[in-house]
Amino acid sequence: MSSVPRPTSPHLGVYRWQITMITSILHRATGIALYAGAVLLMGWLWSAAYAPEFYAKVHECLTSMFGKLVLVGFTLAFYYHLANGIRHLFWDMGKGFALPCAGRSGVAALLFALFMTLFTWGFALNSVVGG
Amino acid sequence: MKPAANDLRSKLAKAKGWGSAKDGVSHWWIQRVTAVALVPLTLWFMYSLFTAMLYSSPSDVAQWFSSPVHSIVMVLMLVAAFWHAKLGLQVVIEDYVHVPCCKYTLLLGNTFLCFVCGALSVLAVLRLHFLDIASGAL
Repeated sequence: MSSVPRPTSPHLGVYRWQITMITSILHRATGIALYAGAVLLMGWLWSAAYAPEFYAKVHECLTSMFGKLVLVGFTLAFYYHLANGIRHLFWDMGKGFALPCAGRSGVAALLFALFMTLFTWGFALNSVVGG
Repeated sequence: MKPAANDLRSKLAKAKGWGSAKDGVSHWWIQRVTAVALVPLTLWFMYSLFTAMLYSSPSDVAQWFSSPVHSIVMVLMLVAAFWHAKLGLQVVIEDYVHVPCCKYTLLLGNTFLCFVCGALSVLAVLRLHFLDIASGAL
């Protein structure tokens, strides 16, 4: 049996954006992005182990400006998902639900992601060959 | 006949026995266990990626994985990550896809993809571990 499209109440276009919903949506979005990243990681590992010619092509792509941008994007997604994931774990323990606290921890997660990405890539661009 | 006040579940719901979460606690719990494991494992992975693996040659990567500690931590990271990813995407699919043929196809596809990618990535790490860099033979 197929589902009949039913009317839904207005949501994203109507409600005021709040930090709690932004962080929740971002957590899901970064999770999906990291899923794709994990599949790509598998491809990279596989080519390193079994397909050196393909690895060379991948290497070329990764060193390009676009490739680096993609990697920075994955780094940002990773650090955000990590920080917000830990925020979720505190919620699972029953801590941090009070709205001001939840708002502040959300901002903290976003800032953590930003700073850690800058730190990681600052380090990478300074010391890694080809970076 | 009016249903009893404490009998809010329909007969179909009771027959299916799924409850609102459809699976009970195991999904939720394993998601948390893999998440906790992934905190140190992914941080180690990021460290190893940016100090040893990114922009290195395949032989450098093999050199990194010649250490059994590096290899086993990487394998554990991959297993936990693909398990966590499978559980996570499962919830996303269940939330947004309701047409049964699409939903079950995607759920199966998600499970299979995570198993296949997990297996392939673990095999790649093991090969890099056992590879003799000088001769290129296992």
